[in-house]
Parts: sequence; C-alpha cells; structure tokens
Amino acid sequence: MESLANPATVYGGPRHSISRRRLLQAAGLAGMGWLTPLAHALARRAEQQSPREPAQSVVLLWLAGGPSQLETFDPHPGTAISGGTTAIPTAVDGIQLADGFARLAEQMSHVSLVRSLVSKEGDHERGTYLVKTGYRPDQSILHPSIGAICCHQLPVGDTEIPRHVSILPNQWPSRGGFLGNQYDAFKTFDPAERLSDVTNRVSNERHEARVRDRNIVDQSFATGRRRQVAATQHDEMVKRALVMMSSEQLQAFEVAGEPATVRGSYGDTPFGRGCLAARRLIQQGVRCVEVTLAGWDSHTNNHETHSELVRTLDPALAALVADLREHELLDRTVVLCGGEFGRTPRINPLDGRDHWPHGFSMALAGGGIRGGQVIGATDPEGGREVSDPRSVADVHATILTALGIDQRHEEMSPVGRPIKFSEGAVIAPLLPAEA
Amino acid sequence: MSRLTKNLLRLRVTMGLTKDRLDQSGGDTPVWGRNLLFIAVCLGGAVALAASLSPVHTPAAGPDALRAPTADLHPSVERLNSSFRKAWDAAGIEPARRAPELLIVRRLSLALAGTVPSLAEIRQLESHTNDGRLAWWLNRLLEDRRSSDYLAERLARAYVGTDDGPFLIYRRRRFVSWLADEIHANRPYNEIVAQLIATDGIWTDKPATNFVTVTVQADAGKGPDANLLAARVSRAMLGVRLDCAECHDHPFRPWKQSDFQALAGFFGQTENSLRGIRDREGPAEIDDPVSGDPKIVVAGVPFAVDLLPKQGTPRQRLADWVTNSANKAFARATVNRVWALLLGRPLVEPIDDISFDVEAPRALTVLAEDFVAHEYDLRRLIEVIASSEAFQLDSRIEGDTLDGAADPLRPDAWSKFPITRLRPEQVVGSLLQASSLATLDYQSHILVRAARAIGQAEFLKHYGDLGADEFALEGGTVPQRLLLMNGTLVKEKTKENLLGNAATQIAALASTDEKAIEIAYLACLARQPTAQEQQHFVAKLSDSRGSIRRQQMEDIYWALVNSAEFSWNH
Repeated sequence: MESLANPATVYGGPRHSISRRRLLQAAGLAGMGWLTPLAHALARRAEQQSPREPAQSVVLLWLAGGPSQLETFDPHPGTAISGGTTAIPTAVDGIQLADGFARLAEQMSHVSLVRSLVSKEGDHERGTYLVKTGYRPDQSILHPSIGAICCHQLPVGDTEIPRHVSILPNQWPSRGGFLGNQYDAFKTFDPAERLSDVTNRVSNERHEARVRDRNIVDQSFATGRRRQVAATQHDEMVKRALVMMSSEQLQAFEVAGEPATVRGSYGDTPFGRGCLAARRLIQQGVRCVEVTLAGWDSHTNNHETHSELVRTLDPALAALVADLREHELLDRTVVLCGGEFGRTPRINPLDGRDHWPHGFSMALAGGGIRGGQVIGATDPEGGREVSDPRSVADVHATILTALGIDQRHEEMSPVGRPIKFSEGAVIAPLLPAEA
Repeated sequence: MSRLTKNLLRLRVTMGLTKDRLDQSGGDTPVWGRNLLFIAVCLGGAVALAASLSPVHTPAAGPDALRAPTADLHPSVERLNSSFRKAWDAAGIEPARRAPELLIVRRLSLALAGTVPSLAEIRQLESHTNDGRLAWWLNRLLEDRRSSDYLAERLARAYVGTDDGPFLIYRRRRFVSWLADEIHANRPYNEIVAQLIATDGIWTDKPATNFVTVTVQADAGKGPDANLLAARVSRAMLGVRLDCAECHDHPFRPWKQSDFQALAGFFGQTENSLRGIRDREGPAEIDDPVSGDPKIVVAGVPFAVDLLPKQGTPRQRLADWVTNSANKAFARATVNRVWALLLGRPLVEPIDDISFDVEAPRALTVLAEDFVAHEYDLRRLIEVIASSEAFQLDSRIEGDTLDGAADPLRPDAWSKFPITRLRPEQVVGSLLQASSLATLDYQSHILVRAARAIGQAEFLKHYGDLGADEFALEGGTVPQRLLLMNGTLVKEKTKENLLGNAATQIAALASTDEKAIEIAYLACLARQPTAQEQQHFVAKLSDSRGSIRRQQMEDIYWALVNSAEFSWNH
C-alpha cells in the first residue's frame, strides 16, 4: 500500500510523483518537498507532450435539476412543443439557440451541441450519477466521475491546491468513486467569499509550534504500529494540507483581483464568479472544475424559470469560452455544459415541463473538440424518436479521448470486477480527423 | 453565582483534584432554569454557559441498577477465542498483547456510542472495583440510549442508505428513531428485519415501511423500486451481492440474472397508495434492469428454496424465508456486520459478499451459530464479540518496522487490533466530548444537546460522509485535515472559554502542570501521556500564567485533536 493518492504507483502514470513523495518525506514537515527544483524538473519532463497535444483539464458547468433542451440548446420555434419559445441565429449558419443566448451565439464557432442524448434515468440523483460518471448507478460499485479520472490519469505538475474542485456544489458533487475519496471534488462556494478552512486560526509562529506538537503525539502513536499508521496516510494528508495553506495558488479562488471588465463579462452572480474562478484554477493546473447552477427543475412555470437562469448562464458560459481562448487555454480545456436530463416536450397544466431523458442536449467546447457542430436531432412533434441517438457514455468517451486518456483502460474495482473508464463510443464528428 | 462555584468544584472533582466521591447531582429548580435561560439569552453565549452550568452527570444509582450482564457468555467467548487461537497456532503467529484497559474502553465507546469516553466516565471507571470493570462498562454502554441511537444510525445506512429519499413519503429520522427504540428494547434481530421487509401501512404510523418508501421514484412517476429493494435485502440481510447479477449473470458467483429478478419479484406487487405500503393483487412486475421496460416475473429465492413458505403475501413469505433459523446467510451477514461495527473491519470482506463456496472463517460460523441459538439477541452478540480476546488485543506489535517486504502478521488473522478510520460522526462526537469534561448524553442540558446537533451537522457537511459504503478502507482527505486544523468547530471548542471548554478549565483549575497534561490526554485520547510527551508538554506549560497558560492549553488541545490517533480507531 505504497500510496492511495499516487497514480504512478497504481500503474504507469507519471513516475515523478514517487520521487516527489520521497522528497517530501525527506523534507519532513517543512512540507516544501513539493517545491524542490528537482521535483519541478521531473514534473516538467512528465508533462512533455506528444505532437498532438491532448487536452489537460475539464470544466463542467452543471445545470442541476434538468434544463429544458427546448429553452436552451435545442429550440423548435413555431412548433406546438415550443410553448412559444423563440430562437435566435448564431455565428454558425444553420445553428439556432433558444432566445436568451445572445452571448453564446457569438461563440458558436467554438461550441458544439449534442442534441440527441438518450438515457433511462429520469430521477435527479440517478441521472446526476449517470451524467457525471458515464455509468448507471450500481449498488455494488461507486464509479469515479470524469474529474476524478482526470486527476487519476493526468500529471500533477506543480499544482499544490486540490486538482478536482466543485464550486457551489449541490448534494451530489463529483466523487472519486472506487478510485478513492482523495479524488473527491474539493468543495467551495461563492468565490466572493473567503475560502473556508485554509487559513491558520493563530499566528504563524504559534501555528508552527502546534504542528511540531502534533508530531510529538503522532510519533508516540506510530511506535509499534509503523506499518499500519503509514497506511493511514494521515501524515501525508496533513503535509498536503499545510502545503496548500501556504500556497500562492490559492489566489486562483479570489476573483476580486480580476479587472472589472472581465468580472462584468462573466456576470455579477455566484455562478459567473464560479466560472471565472474555474478559468483561474485551470491556469494553476487544476484538472477538473465543476461549477453548479441549480434550479432548473421547472415542473411549474417552465418558461420564467428558464429565462431567469439563462440570464445567468449565457454570459458566464460565453465569457468562459472566450476568456479561455484569450488565455490560450481553450485548446487544453474541455468545457461541458448540461444537466442530468431534459424536460418533456409537452407542457403540463402548471405551465411546467417534467423530466425527460429521451432526447436532451449538452454543449461542448475546447480541448480540441471541433466547434460549430450539431450532433443528432429531436422530433419537432415531441416524440421519443431521435435521429443519431447518443448515450451519456459516448460523451465521456469523447472527452476522455480529447484528454488523451484511454477510455478502455480498466481499473480493478473493489468487487473484483475490472471497470473501463468509459464503455461509450467516441462521437467521431466532434474530434479532429486524426484523433 | 454560587452555582457556578459549585460547578467548578464539581469539575475539580471530575479532574481528580480531590479525593471526594462525586455527589448526587441535584435536579434543576424551575426558577434556576428560568434564570439560566435569561442569562443565556442575555449573554448570547448561551450554549457554552449552559454546558458548564449543567451538573456533571453521575448515574442515578450504582451499577446494581443496571441489567445484570448476560450470564452464560463465557462458553461462547471461549469458543470464539479458540477459533482464533487455533488459526494463530497453525500459522505460527504470536498475537499482540492485550491492549491497555482504557484503550478497550475507548473502542467500546466509539463503536457503541459514537464518541470517546468523557473524563467523567473515565473517573467513574477508575472508582469502580477492578474486578469486572470492563464488563460493567460494556453493560452501562449497552443500557445507554446513545448506543441505541448510534447503532440504529449505522444499521440504517445498510437498510436505506443516507439520502433524503422521496419528499413526503419517506421519513428517515422517524425510521432511525423507531429502529433505535427496537434496539433499545433489545427486540430479537430477526423480528426487526421481518418488520422491515413485510410491514404494511403508512410510513409515519408504521416507521418500518420507510425501508420500502425510500425507494419510491416519485419524480419518475413510479412506485417502490423492486430492484433496489432486492439489492438491499440481499446485501444488508443476507450478505450476498445478488444484485451484481442484475444485468448479467455473475462472473464468479453462482448467481444468475434470473435469480436476482426472481428475488425482486417479491417486491413486484408492492405499491404505495393512500393507505400506505401494501401488496396489490396480480402478477409481480419489475423493471428490466437492462431495457428499463416493465417485466412480469415469478417471485422466487436463489437458495434454500425449501425454506420458502407457500402461503402469505409476497413480502411476508420473503421475510419468513430470510429470517428462517435454517437460513445460514442471514445470521452470517448480521454477525459480519456487527463484528465490523466493533472492530472497524468485517470478518469477511467485502462486508456484504460472503461466499457460499469458500469456507467461512471459523469465527464467523461460531458467532452465527451462537446468534441463532440465542434467538438473534443483538445485545448478546455485541457482548460476546467485545469480551473476546481478538477485540481486546493491542494494535501495537513487537518488532514493528516499516521496512521488510511482508507484515510479520497476516492482517486477516486478527492477531492485532486493526487501525481503522473513524467515521465522520465519530470524529465530531469525539471532538465535542473531548472539549467537555462532563459527559454529553441525554442527561445533558437541552442547550448543550442543541449546540451539539448544530455543530455536528455543519461539521459533517464539510468533513464528508462516506454514505452507505460503511467499511471502505480509505485514508483521510486533505479537506478533512483542513477542517480539523482550521475549522470553526475546533476553534470554538478549544478557544478560551472558562464556562464551556475543557482546555480553558484545565488550564485554570488543574493543580499541577503534570495533572493538566494528563487530563487533556485522557479527555482527548483516553490514555495517559508517555514520559516523553509528558516532558514535552509540561515544559510548554511550566511557569505560564493567566491567558498565556490558557493559550498554551488551547494549543495542546489542537495538537491532540489533530493527531492521527484522534481520528483513527486502534
């Protein structure tokens, strides 16, 4: 049990992390082993890319509650099922978005839409599990979310802060699943507020003395139990927490330092700030950021609910794509935007739409994924037949491929069953020809 | 404020500063209660104040008032011990020594009440005659309502998971408190399980039916989820992962997809109507796990077919079959789970996948037979395990090193106590208890309990809950360490507060530096400091006065609650 938290020991991941771990042990509590020049060099070597550079990060904009495809990425203007929702043209001929997405429409050449997603999960929790992991819920296994797979597979580099972050999570944030809870998303809330629990409660001097005192207690505990205590990884987690506390990279969470124009472009909302923080975190080598915008479960007053939420979503999503491009990060970052399912074409007596996993949409951008594409189509009459149906697992396979991760790679689950990262089929039109 | 003086005196007694025996705690007079409330509201720091003003609780009577410990434990404990000793002898293993008594006390308190023992409890133990002290303590814990509540929560996770379930028709709290009542009355376990499976009625009036209503997929417009119910029955009650065959035949167990679907068939007539949960007439219908389409099946059991009664409603038949004394799977699964609750790891891993083909560990068989022979007496099962040699071994071993390719002891041989991560609620329970020298239990002041509940909920949200996956061998996480190092609750519970916090009280009241360190160690880690620790921390405290001293003590508390020892069972 060398280390749970170290992909390199599990299989041939980036080898440098072993040395870094040794360095860290050698460096002792200073904890600055992470920062030794040698570790830097090793990390850089590990990050040398193949000619076609795969993406390195994912941003998931999670629309919790199940957004209506008809009021977002798959409008059917003028039909009975539209309920009066109109559409607007976009920068790409022939692609329309629902009214309210003026900013995203400008970015359309960088964004693609999958409109023919079908699943069997019409329940919030089960649907969330499916979309975040690519697998249907299974009593015997907890599958890792896509962000956990990224952290497990991609190099650590110089990142001292959590590499899997969930901003404004709801009750089902992304989990590490059977890869281990060290891959769970680190949960944070509105970036306007200070990050909790990362600052000493006492002066630095006192804090350092406390840490030394803790070591005294831990030494006693380890006596006669060395092997078992090493397996707890308690010490390693403490050191990592200490490194994180003193890391300059924490500033990535503080969006207040960004120019007012930039903040304005994302929108002055918790979600907008979350998306801006996501871009800043990606710059620090964070592998997956999930930003949640909740409230899409519009069983009543569907149209009002959606236009309200779209006012928050449109600027944030469009600004994120544009801003990543400006920072030359879009090619390295996959952006995925969607929720657990769509909503019924038929409008119910309360002017709401109910759950509908039989043809819903997601938007993808960046990470080498081709923009301006539309995959599949739903029935303008509101039937269950969709053309070119795709599964959620197909989206996972596509993103993993864009990240240069072998989707067929199998990890052994605790129940002794090898599990592939994804069992989906790559959505070929979304990837460049050579992929 | 004479009341305060009196309470501080009591704390001095609790700390062992005087030779006086604890006196009986007086009842609160209504006037005093009103005054207290007034002061509390005025000062805002209501909770902290009430905490120290509430009397140190002592049992209303001596040990005689308790139920006598179970009489005929000895032969069962011996059989269990010899099953391990035979295995150790055969493998040439020298087991660890017996753990220090206080450490065993800590294990028991954590496993049953979900917290470390309080300083007051440790003092009570010390005052008890040496003979049979552990048995007396175990018995006290088993009588304690905290234990029923805590065990109910742990078992509920296996039955209904941790999610909130469907709105209106599922009441988790109602379910857990009903389960706690059953455990407290020591209802035979087979009867508890039969109620879960077969009860009809409304979930508020018949709390056992929440086992079924939690699976109702209200959003999807569907009734109870027969597949999920079958999965839970097979895992939590039979220790069999039949649901691994939900979509295709199990690769390396004898289970077929048809076995799983037949088991789900027992819930295929279960519906939720205005009259609550009941079985309708007609064929059993389940969702096909692969296509998701409805499918008619015939209910049936995967093994021990002759034990299935012909008569009764589908769920009654299933309940009778599961809890039939000839159905070995049921007792084995239960024993495996209770063992894990006490020792942090099950005898057979994973906890709910006990193979029929591989010979079960002798200990599992011995305990399962004993459990059935004594009419599924859960309390007795706990007593047998807790009295066994394996439970009382040290986690330390001689000649322990980090190097060397193999562990000198096979970890599965139970020849030393396993080190396992405490559950989030055990960590928060311990944190709250360690910061109070008096016992936090049902006798505590209502305000203390309220604060405890609030602090606990907030802490758990940030610490992260393992959910239903109870015994995954996982290390801690960085956010957990951050929370304990810098979080609000730790700060609140260690900062200077003479009325509320143990750290301040120890700094102010302990007669010597050595005493102060000893008390802090007992309250946080339930052990005495080693000579080296004593020396280090006494030096830290020596010659300090006033607020400097209180600060030093806060720092010592911080170091103790942030140690690995605090967050792990050992």
